[in-house]
Amino acid sequence: MKQNIDNKQEKYTGAEIFVKCLEAEGIDLVFGYPGGAVLHIYDELHKQNDVSHILVRHEQGAVHAAEGYAKSSDKPGVVLVTSGPGATNAITGIADAYMDSVPIVVFTGQVRTALIGNDAFQEVDTVGITRPCVKHNFMITDVKDMASTIKKAFYVASSGRPGPVVVDIPKDITEDICEFDYPSKVSMRSYNPNIEINENAVDIAVDKILKCKKPVIYAGGGVINSNASSELTELAKYLNFPVTNTLMGLGCYPGDDPQFLQMLGMHGSYEANMAMHDCDLLIAVGARFDDRITGRLDKFSPEATVIHIDVDPSSISKNIKAHIPIVGDVKGVIQKITNRVIHKKLKPQNIDKWWEQINDWRKKKSFKYSQGDDIIKPQFVIDRLYEVTKGDAFITSDVGQHQMWAAQLYKFNKPKRWINSGGLGTMGFGLPSAMGVQFANTDSLVCCVTGEASIQMCIQELSTCLQYGLPIKIINLNNRYMGMVRQWQEFFYEKRYAMSYMDALPDFVKLAESFGHIGVKVEKPSDVDDAIKDAIKLKDRLVFLDFITDQNENVFPMIATGAAHNKMILS
Amino acid sequence: MRHIISVLLENESGALSRVSGLFSARSFNIESLSVAQSEDATTSRMTIVTSGDDHIIEQIVKQLDKLLDVIDVSEITSNEHIEREIAFVKIKESSIEKSLMEKISDNEFLKVHKTNNGEVIVECVDSPKNINIFIESIENIAEKIVRSGAVGINSD
Repeated sequence: MKQNIDNKQEKYTGAEIFVKCLEAEGIDLVFGYPGGAVLHIYDELHKQNDVSHILVRHEQGAVHAAEGYAKSSDKPGVVLVTSGPGATNAITGIADAYMDSVPIVVFTGQVRTALIGNDAFQEVDTVGITRPCVKHNFMITDVKDMASTIKKAFYVASSGRPGPVVVDIPKDITEDICEFDYPSKVSMRSYNPNIEINENAVDIAVDKILKCKKPVIYAGGGVINSNASSELTELAKYLNFPVTNTLMGLGCYPGDDPQFLQMLGMHGSYEANMAMHDCDLLIAVGARFDDRITGRLDKFSPEATVIHIDVDPSSISKNIKAHIPIVGDVKGVIQKITNRVIHKKLKPQNIDKWWEQINDWRKKKSFKYSQGDDIIKPQFVIDRLYEVTKGDAFITSDVGQHQMWAAQLYKFNKPKRWINSGGLGTMGFGLPSAMGVQFANTDSLVCCVTGEASIQMCIQELSTCLQYGLPIKIINLNNRYMGMVRQWQEFFYEKRYAMSYMDALPDFVKLAESFGHIGVKVEKPSDVDDAIKDAIKLKDRLVFLDFITDQNENVFPMIATGAAHNKMILS
Repeated sequence: MRHIISVLLENESGALSRVSGLFSARSFNIESLSVAQSEDATTSRMTIVTSGDDHIIEQIVKQLDKLLDVIDVSEITSNEHIEREIAFVKIKESSIEKSLMEKISDNEFLKVHKTNNGEVIVECVDSPKNINIFIESIENIAEKIVRSGAVGINSD
């Protein structure tokens, strides 16, 4: 509905402007699901070819797909859903993105402005409902604000500590008309993500780094978000300091490097947790001392001086007091340390004794398991997946035991290869996020490690996978239990397995086939390798590998809630 | 420890609920909260009276600062400051002894309004501390107490 008035600037509808904004922002992919409030926008999307729309089967899937897309690329994920249930279905994904600092922009339809507050059909207070789980949200109440609001939304989502931004658009705004002018930059007086790094704090940190005897670098997802993996690796290698990663940080330091202590925390390695406990200098980089990492707070790294580098000031000294806080973009801070240490050829203390101690802890081989001839051990599947894919696949995961085994045993050598739901722990994340990863990395191998409980939470997305020909390999570790729940019930509830047994499971092979995919059931350890290899050979097909695994396997080591790092249960 | 936090925020719908939502979501305590337009019509200034140890106050300030609608946050109790609150106390005239009425009338911080129903409304503008003392002194005869919550400003 273009109108040329007095030969002045052309006018466009809000829906047209919406699509033009996405184009201007360089967005070529939107995950979504149509509905009444967003029909004008869908009509505009239909008329053009620059922005593709991927139709999911449930709005939660759209958000997780956008997360997978964002986490495995350098672009934000974009979601478009309708008002009311469209928005509420998206909430779990939005909360997930908030907890894991994923840059996504979620556009939600809204009822007409005149109806807002009227309990209209498919009306929900989206801005109110999403407020506690977004980095920021907006409602557009005038079509003239459409372009500037969308610009702000992408800027806020992607800058500083990234996160989800929701933009709520009433239907009448998408039919109102105005001129289109996409702002080239954003300035918001209340938001400045470009924090100047405190040079003095860096000096003090460098001094500690050069004097310490028992250091540990504890690196998290912030390193990946800041694209600082190579800088961190260079510095750690130069210093010969041990490095451990959080669940979100895996891949930010090479998983097969001798200085890598594996993951830390509740199911982290013995050497990582012991090193955390005994260290004299803890260098936290882009990590937030989450309760699954720290265990018992008053027994956490009792002897350590804590350097905490993070872009979010509110993460610093929230759970653990930082002696040397450095607020700023992780990459910038590491570069400053590098300039002061590597470029000046300064050498740290000899820490051979510390390494001897660490190597001693390593002898525990705390991720070990034994694979017999009969029943498939879940860890064995991950091990073989790692070997067969040479550690080079994109791995998404759901939530539970399989997630921990994947994190422990798949050695990620590159950032953005390990895509999982860490903070919120959202079962159902794995499959839809794998779709987003596959869209962002069309020619790469994408595997979704899941369990029979998690996969059922977003199983409907198998249909999306067929529609868009996504050749994801689903690695289902099927132990007929909600494994992590069962494990806790075994340990802490005297084996009363309340509701953790999955009765009446579907036949996953037939299920995959009914969705138009290939399903394979694998029951023998000797078949695991071939099953994975054969699935990978089917380059253009989704293959659902249903591994029937040991029901009684538990994830070790384990630090019980509220226990100290040196109080690990090893088996 | 009692603290007063002064917040300058965008004068936008939803800004207030972002702040109040933050306090409830993170289990921070709010003793009082008052908000009105500031010297600039596009911004509001909010005074929050809260309590907590240094660690909690640091988190409150940081979390507030993280909100996109918040332009500036300052904890004002650690420096020289003035704070004032207004309270209305409605009392039945018949329950006030003459001596008390005289005392109230003589107090420069108190103002008396009479209603048509045989009640008086005592208006008190003072520091929250003094308001507490005043209220304690007449609590047993008060029919209704309305307090604004404190507003504060640094004076150094």
